[in-house]
Amino acid sequence: MITTTSLLPREHYLNIRYGILSWLLTKDHKRIALLYLISITAFFFLGGLFAVLIRLELATPAGDMLSADTYNRMFTMHGVVMVFFFLIPSIPATLGNFLLPMMIGAKDLAFPKLNLLSWYIFILGGVITLWAVVVGGVDTGWTFYTPYSTAASNTNVVATGVGVFITGFSSILTGLNFIVTIHRMRAPGLTWFRLPLFVWAHYATSLIQILGTPVIAITVLLVALERAFHIGIFDPALGGDPVLFQHLFWFYSHPAVYIMILPSMGVVSEVVACFSRKNVFGYSFVAFSSLAIAVFGFLVWAHHMFVAGMSVYAAMIFSFLSFSVAIPSAVKVFNWTATLYRGAIWLQAPLLFVFGFIGLFTIGGLTGLFLAAAGLDVHVHDTYFVVAHFHYIMVGGAIMGYMAGLHFWWPKMFGRMYPEGWAKFAALVVFVGFNLTFFPQFILGYLGMPRRYYAYPEEFQVLNVMSSAGATILGVGYLIPMVYFLWSLRYGRVAGPNPWSATGLEWTTQSPPLTENFTTTPTVTEGAYEYSKREMKVV
Amino acid sequence: MSAHVSPRSTYFAIFAALMVLTAITIGVAFVNLGPFNFPVALSIAITKATLVILFFMHVKYSSRLTKLILGTGFFFLTVLFVLTLSDYLSRGWMTAPPAAVQTAPEAGR
Amino acid sequence: MSNHVAHVHHPALQHQFETLEQQQESATLGMWLFLVTEIMFFGGLFMAYLLYRIWYPQAWAEGSLELDIVLGGVNTAVLIGSSLTMALAVRAAQTGAPRATVAWLLITIALGLTFLVIKGFEYAHKFEMHHVPGPGFQFEGPHARQVEIFLSLYFAMTGLHALHMVIGVGLLSVIAWMAHKRRFSPEWYAPVEMSGLYWHFVDIVWIFLFPLLYLVDRAHHFA
Repeated sequence: MITTTSLLPREHYLNIRYGILSWLLTKDHKRIALLYLISITAFFFLGGLFAVLIRLELATPAGDMLSADTYNRMFTMHGVVMVFFFLIPSIPATLGNFLLPMMIGAKDLAFPKLNLLSWYIFILGGVITLWAVVVGGVDTGWTFYTPYSTAASNTNVVATGVGVFITGFSSILTGLNFIVTIHRMRAPGLTWFRLPLFVWAHYATSLIQILGTPVIAITVLLVALERAFHIGIFDPALGGDPVLFQHLFWFYSHPAVYIMILPSMGVVSEVVACFSRKNVFGYSFVAFSSLAIAVFGFLVWAHHMFVAGMSVYAAMIFSFLSFSVAIPSAVKVFNWTATLYRGAIWLQAPLLFVFGFIGLFTIGGLTGLFLAAAGLDVHVHDTYFVVAHFHYIMVGGAIMGYMAGLHFWWPKMFGRMYPEGWAKFAALVVFVGFNLTFFPQFILGYLGMPRRYYAYPEEFQVLNVMSSAGATILGVGYLIPMVYFLWSLRYGRVAGPNPWSATGLEWTTQSPPLTENFTTTPTVTEGAYEYSKREMKVV
Repeated sequence: MSAHVSPRSTYFAIFAALMVLTAITIGVAFVNLGPFNFPVALSIAITKATLVILFFMHVKYSSRLTKLILGTGFFFLTVLFVLTLSDYLSRGWMTAPPAAVQTAPEAGR
Repeated sequence: MSNHVAHVHHPALQHQFETLEQQQESATLGMWLFLVTEIMFFGGLFMAYLLYRIWYPQAWAEGSLELDIVLGGVNTAVLIGSSLTMALAVRAAQTGAPRATVAWLLITIALGLTFLVIKGFEYAHKFEMHHVPGPGFQFEGPHARQVEIFLSLYFAMTGLHALHMVIGVGLLSVIAWMAHKRRFSPEWYAPVEMSGLYWHFVDIVWIFLFPLLYLVDRAHHFA
């Protein structure tokens, strides 16, 4: 049983000031984190709605529910919303914003006003994209390939492009803020190798945000210019190269997937350490692996283009590099496993989600190797194999990690425990629903079902129905935490400063924390995961 | 703050150097160096940029971290150029062997 | 860091920082990171330029000859001069000379505006000649289609650059006002330094744009 105190602290960041303006004009990183939490959850459900329509259509072989045109818009908007408005911001903007200053003993991020501006930029980009959705959406696929997006599509490419362009700056500014904060605002004694791995993960993520996002910004801008003003850079009629678009697009969009997974890996390190009551095995290897993933992630993008007409020699280079980028991820999985081995396992919901992460991310990662092999990729490119691969990483990996983090730090953020029984149940439902949704898709892809098609041959129906059924279960699995998290805000058991007896500076403060986090700046004298010295207060 | 203060003369000297380099780059552009015009122009531009970075932007007197950040930026810019061009420049290298497959008249869909 | 002066309640010190020095260092670090994003932002355009220059050397030559080397050269001198005055402005702020800071900033702004006016003349001329890419584009020659790509990149790159200059002029105006209001001192001049870094970056972009756009084939490799 978890020890809790009976009373919330008298004053904390939530009740220090009331009123809508105190939230909309806040400079408190914790409040900004909650603004993001609400926004990205809303986008998650919008993206999920598109997914529901997709899976409903695909329950039958014929294209009988939506028109082909509408279906194209559905998968496009699903991708655009989920990637740019949910996954990319998710952990950094919510958990990262909330926890980073606390984990390093600081009162706030380096640039609190810039942090708030990031959120407003995110909202602006989101509103513009929402408007584009409402007036008809886009049908180019979230990848906006030219020349369809520049010349042939008659949908709202420019509006969506502008929305994505603007939101990119939110990502850049968050990354900038994090890097400066981590470099300049660590508490006395907090050397780099005493930092929690969550911080290392966000540092690596921020590097990618800084280096990669500007390239997709200029690329999307060029697409918009080409459509609006016929400034033809990718226009084959002028001798332009549509594949150049792909190079520029994927230069960001591949590292972007590491923006989506690295923070989740940071959560996993924290949860694994806490719930096995052990230092993370090979701490420095995990830390360096985060950096390695960020760096190597920039060297592999053209594995998305093996069938686009690129040079075979370049394909070989990119294939080799793509194999090597799997290594640091594997190092992490081994180290987490070694951490769990002979640890004092405390089976709570965060750890359940982390188990889900480790297993599903491994499957997703291994199937990535299938795709990195150029010869094999030729057969499964643009099939459901790819779709399954990236959903294993993004949903089975990133979102599981996000759920683990939400559960782990919920008591810190709100001073209340979520109901553990329901959380374990939700983890199970999500796991079952997820696998039922996406494992059949590996088989479908292998058998040749193309992606982005709304109709398919009869023989694929059984697997598609399984997938659609799984999606329903998965949806329920995500709704359950929505309900109990909200419930817990009022009725959850009061958590106290450190219900998990976890290490980390954030757990030394009250729950919820004060606006300034710490009354006096802490001094750090030991490493991040000294669990051996820690007594677990369990009643 | 103990930041380095450059003497004004340094700035004027760098300015003069930049103007000279500009004149050179314009002058050299009118001389036919064949394929070397482009690399020469680029080298002069890189030299000018380096002077601005080291002296006007104080990088010569800045922390290692600043130099690392700048270096990282240029490194990944180079990655963008080199790896993208690795595709384009090697496209013609492998040619398919002459067609040895004959399609039967009634084959295909 | 044992010799820092305690700046309790210095008006510029923000609550999340312990010392003004920490704040100054953070601000500068932040600006450098922002400049890295700008390097990558322009980088995409340079990548497109690089590819098409390799593919279409003749069209690049023809397009480049359409640009006015005198105006381009003058603008280069103007911008390099403005970098000098900007560096002097930062130095004046560093050494606690507010009047000189304001003066040098105003000269920098004036030079920046000069650049933009000259650019405006160049653009106007392009409009007159129907060299603006799009439906109204007209160009004589066998490589007209690819010259249109060159000019697309010309407008995209110089246009983006000019936009950054406009923002820079606005930024410097704000900083000049702040300097006039004596907001800076040798202990706190980060905004001036940051603006300087931004301005120099914009200069560096032009240092590359000038030869890449204006000097492609002045020696007439292609007759």
